[in-house]
Amino acid sequence: MIELEQVAYSYGDSELFSDVSLILQPGSFHFLTGPSGSGKTTFLKLCYGELLPTAGHLRLFEHDVRALSRDAIAEMRRRVGVVHQDCEFLDHLPIADNIALPLSVAGQSLAGEQENLSELLQWVGLRNRAGALPPELSGGERQRAALARAVIMSPDVILADEPTGNIDWEMSQRLLQLLVELNKMGKTVMIATHDLGLIRAAKAQVSARVLRLSERRVQLAGADL
Amino acid sequence: MSRRQSIDIGRITDFIIGDAQAERAVPPTGFTARLTVFAAAVMAFLAVFALALSVASNRLAERWSNELDQSATLRISAPVGQMQAQTDAALRVLETTPGVASARVLSDEEQRKLLEPWFGPDIPLESLPIPQLIEIVETPEGLDADALRTRLVGEAPGAVLDDHSRWRKPLAAAAGRLSFLGWLSIGLIFLVMGAMITLAAHAALAANAKVISVMRLVGAKDSYIANAFVRRFTLRALAGAAIGTVLGLGAVLMLPSKGEEAGFLGDLGFSGAGWLWPLVIPIIAALVAFVATRSASRRTLKELR
Repeated sequence: MIELEQVAYSYGDSELFSDVSLILQPGSFHFLTGPSGSGKTTFLKLCYGELLPTAGHLRLFEHDVRALSRDAIAEMRRRVGVVHQDCEFLDHLPIADNIALPLSVAGQSLAGEQENLSELLQWVGLRNRAGALPPELSGGERQRAALARAVIMSPDVILADEPTGNIDWEMSQRLLQLLVELNKMGKTVMIATHDLGLIRAAKAQVSARVLRLSERRVQLAGADL
Repeated sequence: MSRRQSIDIGRITDFIIGDAQAERAVPPTGFTARLTVFAAAVMAFLAVFALALSVASNRLAERWSNELDQSATLRISAPVGQMQAQTDAALRVLETTPGVASARVLSDEEQRKLLEPWFGPDIPLESLPIPQLIEIVETPEGLDADALRTRLVGEAPGAVLDDHSRWRKPLAAAAGRLSFLGWLSIGLIFLVMGAMITLAAHAALAANAKVISVMRLVGAKDSYIANAFVRRFTLRALAGAAIGTVLGLGAVLMLPSKGEEAGFLGDLGFSGAGWLWPLVIPIIAALVAFVATRSASRRTLKELR
């Protein structure tokens, strides 16, 4: 699904990580941990084609990412749902329209998806907030809206970058619950986080691999987590 | 209609109708919208005048050319006693000259009118040594001016043939240059319009960097994002240019009406089907906006991964 082979990434002369080899299998659940600045966000950006590796091979859905055209990258992103810590929306559109944006850009009619959209809003607990503008939402609501937007195209992979960074414990547990549900539906999930409490809570519910990004390498974390 | 044509028309129709969902994704930008409409209106207004200048210059050049090209003048300067004899001799020569359709001696009244602008209405023509003028109308094939001059030297030595080429050439050249300047102005106007719309498009793209980033994140292709901007700017330029063209046509209509007193200014305008020419201006403005915005947006989007 997503396969990295001896991948390295550098910003100019500064190498962030190198020799990373990893395969994200369908239906797997991964955490990516590591200190701030270790490259977790960069790693996720590689996984959805926003950045290209400076060395090594990266295959997204069996395609070499370097060989993909810009349009092919755009189409590939419809198969990868992304949730950022500072999730961005189109502030002039109601949150329901923001959640439905991936359908619009894929050329799908929104009229036929109203029921799905309604169910999705219900699932993330935002049914009563459908008409609200993004700036009117709380941090937790924004995270859940971002998750809803990430999954509306029924992607194969969900990538979440510090999804609980700006929300309280209770809300982060709710968000985790949604991600676990998605994983149980067969979606591949990778969460970049330094929140060890979140990892422990997840491991109690799902079989998750924890990867640590430190000293420019990705390693499997110990059982102490 | 070929398959290709029907596809192209379909694409143009789709572009004009637009994608409502894509349109909504890009927020309205008041400043760039107003700038584009204003710039297009002003440029279209100027383009109408430049077009009027070009069309009028062409018309003038054509008229001068047609009026002078098919005619010549014979001027007979002779002592009063020989004037009639030389005039008769010249007319006889002209009657047998190939290429001469008709030759007519100008009456005293006609000659007086020609001199009136310089000497006033009460000129005593009889007491002045005024040459006699003969107006020659040529056949479409034209006459051989050199051969006629040679014959006239022998039979009417006081006759001087003026085939108007001395006047016609600089007039035609001046009108041609004026027309060229008019077209050059139109070209420059559209270039400036393209530059201004490019700047406005860049400003709109920069102001919407976050929108573009979100759309890219959720899988929007470059063409989808670009079209939302391109369509908006194209329609704004079309609307602005239409307003400017209407105002420009109104201003041309208000120019002095035709008449001898108005001179060249009286000719500055359109006539007949020529009034349809300015209608092309909004279409060209829309095309310029389309190309400028498409190029600007594609360049900007390519900088993003």
